Amino acid sequence: MAQFPPVDEALLDQLQRAAFEYFPKATNPLNGLVADNSRVNSPVSIAVVGFALAAYPVGVERGWMRRDDAVQCVLAALRFFRHSDQSGSSTATGFKGFYYHFLDIDAGARVWHSELSMVDTALLIGGMLAASQYFDSTSSDESELRALVDFLYRRVDWQWAQDGADTIRQGWKPECGFLHYGWEGYSEAILLYALALGSPTHPIAGDCYRKWTLTYQWENLYDIDCLYAGPMFIHQFSHAWIDFRGIRDEFMREKRSDYFENSRSAICIQREYARRNPREFAGYDENCWGLSACDGPSDERPDLPNERRRLYGYAARSVPYGPDDGTLSVPCVLASLPFAPEIVLPAVRSMLTRFPETWQEGRLASGFNPTLADTDGHAWVSAGHYGLDQGIVLMMIENHRSERLWQLTRENRHIRAGLHEAGFRGGWLQQSSSAGAR
Amino acid sequence: MSPRDEAPASVSADAHECERVANMLPPGWHNPQPDGLYQLAIIGAGPAGIAAAELAASLGARVALIERTAIGGVNLNTGSVPSKTLIRTSRIYADMRDAPHYGADIPVGVDIDFVAAMQRVRRVRARLSRDDSARRLTAAGVDVYFGDARFVTGDTLTVDGRTLGFRKALITTGARPHIPNIPGLAQAGYLTDENLFELTELPRRLLVIGGGPLGCEQAQAFCRLGAQTTIVQNKPLFLGQEERDAAQILSEAFVRDGIEVRLNTTALAVRMTSGAKLVDLLSDDYRDTIGVDAILTGAGRTPNVEGLNLAAVGIDCHAGGRIRVDDFMRTGNSNVYAAGDVCLENRFVDAATASARIAVQNALLRRNRRWSAVVVPSCTYTDPEIARVGLSVREANRLGIPVKTFTIPMHEIDRAVTDSETAGFVKVHVRGRTDRILGATIVARHAGDMINEITLAMVAGIGLRTLSCVLHAYPTQAEAIRQAADAYNRTRLTPRVRSRLLRRIGS
Repeated sequence: MAQFPPVDEALLDQLQRAAFEYFPKATNPLNGLVADNSRVNSPVSIAVVGFALAAYPVGVERGWMRRDDAVQCVLAALRFFRHSDQSGSSTATGFKGFYYHFLDIDAGARVWHSELSMVDTALLIGGMLAASQYFDSTSSDESELRALVDFLYRRVDWQWAQDGADTIRQGWKPECGFLHYGWEGYSEAILLYALALGSPTHPIAGDCYRKWTLTYQWENLYDIDCLYAGPMFIHQFSHAWIDFRGIRDEFMREKRSDYFENSRSAICIQREYARRNPREFAGYDENCWGLSACDGPSDERPDLPNERRRLYGYAARSVPYGPDDGTLSVPCVLASLPFAPEIVLPAVRSMLTRFPETWQEGRLASGFNPTLADTDGHAWVSAGHYGLDQGIVLMMIENHRSERLWQLTRENRHIRAGLHEAGFRGGWLQQSSSAGAR
Repeated sequence: MSPRDEAPASVSADAHECERVANMLPPGWHNPQPDGLYQLAIIGAGPAGIAAAELAASLGARVALIERTAIGGVNLNTGSVPSKTLIRTSRIYADMRDAPHYGADIPVGVDIDFVAAMQRVRRVRARLSRDDSARRLTAAGVDVYFGDARFVTGDTLTVDGRTLGFRKALITTGARPHIPNIPGLAQAGYLTDENLFELTELPRRLLVIGGGPLGCEQAQAFCRLGAQTTIVQNKPLFLGQEERDAAQILSEAFVRDGIEVRLNTTALAVRMTSGAKLVDLLSDDYRDTIGVDAILTGAGRTPNVEGLNLAAVGIDCHAGGRIRVDDFMRTGNSNVYAAGDVCLENRFVDAATASARIAVQNALLRRNRRWSAVVVPSCTYTDPEIARVGLSVREANRLGIPVKTFTIPMHEIDRAVTDSETAGFVKVHVRGRTDRILGATIVARHAGDMINEITLAMVAGIGLRTLSCVLHAYPTQAEAIRQAADAYNRTRLTPRVRSRLLRRIGS
């Protein structure tokens, strides 16, 4: 990776460490579960736990956490999931090796009638595999850690989640069975498919992935060729775990691109959209962009039927067709760092200089909206912090600085097998892993 | 109209209605006495039947046109014509509401006059019924019969006690709304597009069941006319045939309009309490009940094949009731053809008339024109409109055709900006590394008009390279199509081409 001016290195170090600190603060040490956000009574998000599990190796390497403490944090979470209620009842923790999206932070039971989430389980398993790959000593704790991860990964019944359909279902609830949210088009699900295809116990068929890619759209938008998806997080969430440089599936071979290059294109489209700013929101320009899933202002009035909405609260904001209510996410810009540092660093500097209010307690707020500035000219800012934002920022800064997390998953034989089964070839997949893949 | 349907407040027999009825089903009409063999007997006088009768008569054939209820079919009487007429009025109110967006004041004292809006529907319907009247068809040389038709043998049928002999027959009986099987719905009463336009009072609260074109169009129109509107759709997006971005733009437009959008939701049961219809809804595991004054349903269509005695003459149907036809519009009986909604998957007026003309040419002139060679555009008349032609990306991918999409958001188009109509896009799908157009989707306020240019290009075999040479009047929203073509042209400027051009410029 290229060297950057010390001022940028210092800034990145500061932002990454602040992101890391979210996890120890938001974790219940008794069970290793991590709160979705920093607000009072926040439930656990299993995806955030996955990010936390990937964060601990980074913390150890950066000297922010002792290895023993990190191992204990990981073990607490793994032991919890190992012994969790897998009955699939309405108050269980999971079913068929998958987990409900939101859990109570003390009991670990399902809350908010949340769904058994396939993609969030994939993010959790991704974190487990990264931790398993990193904590490789022969100590009894680290041996137990690896055995637990192996057990939990093998327990996931990916075939069941296919439900006889062409592609994997997104969710399931005990009250109504599988949910029918469409999986149409490119999304953050490549990691999910790689894990499902690489499973030694319940793998899905290889053509399942190909059938999903049949719903892709390859577009030329603002003179940029891109596998289109509107919100930025879609171009980041699988990429945090998997190094897509130089590896291509059948779709990308035909398009002569790869998913890393594609995220770079998505950044350019985001930047172009903000520069054109068709909805004339305050703040938008080529160094102030970032439409993604984030918290924003809301004008929802549950007491009023048929009210007209202009502000969308927590939503996946998207370019170029919206939803766009003037809310931007600095974390999603910063998490684009590995793809286009020469674009991202100036944008992050510009956004933090112009809107310092988005930087609270050293950490980045989920979203801010300059169009809804207060009388002092300060943008509306989402209260507290979200674990997903901190996790993706931490991982992507690390990948930019050291490629450490990419290296961990590159060495994982299940992920390698899954990618291979999905039709990925070339690049690092053609090379044998350095220390023998586990 | 089905006896289970809602009984709308009665329509006064105004002059417009009298004119329409006189055109469609003239009082005191006497069916002609058949005089010899008909070269073509057409059953059903909707758009397909009328188009077929006109073409056959113009070719000099002896034609019988048999209609059970009224000339004009769904399109004129209960479908596109009244629907689009009411939508236009609803747009006026939406534009007035949005006046500040255009630097104008909202007119003072804007009260929605639903009665006037429906009167206009009837006036327009009467006006258009003149073109398709029974007397005009008769004057064109068509023998028009009213009554139920029934096949007797492969070359005879009966209508109104008369036996008609024919050399060829064409079935164009269309389709009617499919009523979902919801307990209590029949008892509570419901509206379909067959009686929606007979309303004389605006329902204060309206539930629309089904997120297809009809449901989406009317949900938006009635919301803009002042009804508190909820739309439920048992799928993750509206308009299942359309691409994701189009459906999402529509969802956002609905939310902006104030429509209560309930995706992934099923209506479980209906019951009446104190004059209100209470509807139980289920969204995954979330159940709730909403109270409404009217329910509009009729998602999907059921083909009208009952009573025709099709099996006796060797005509078979698909599972859903559609008559099975080959690519030449021929049924299982080689003397009998079918066209329009009764046999097509895509139920559009233009498809119905086009398929009818193919059937007539194949039946009378022994041509071998294929339905699969016809390029059929379609449009859903919401705001913005959603128009489509040719292959979707999904279909191209399934067929293994490499496809690339050139996308121009409407916010890139000057005329869309001047008109504050920037929601939407033009997406033109071409075969990978060529300029051959496979299909397109347009989402724009006037997408239905814009799609015709793409259809023309596809029929004429014109690619994006040629389209980029076509000057488009400035400023118009159709410029988006040329911009898509320009975007294609720019992709041809590879580094190698560019350096060659530079060398030429330099020399």
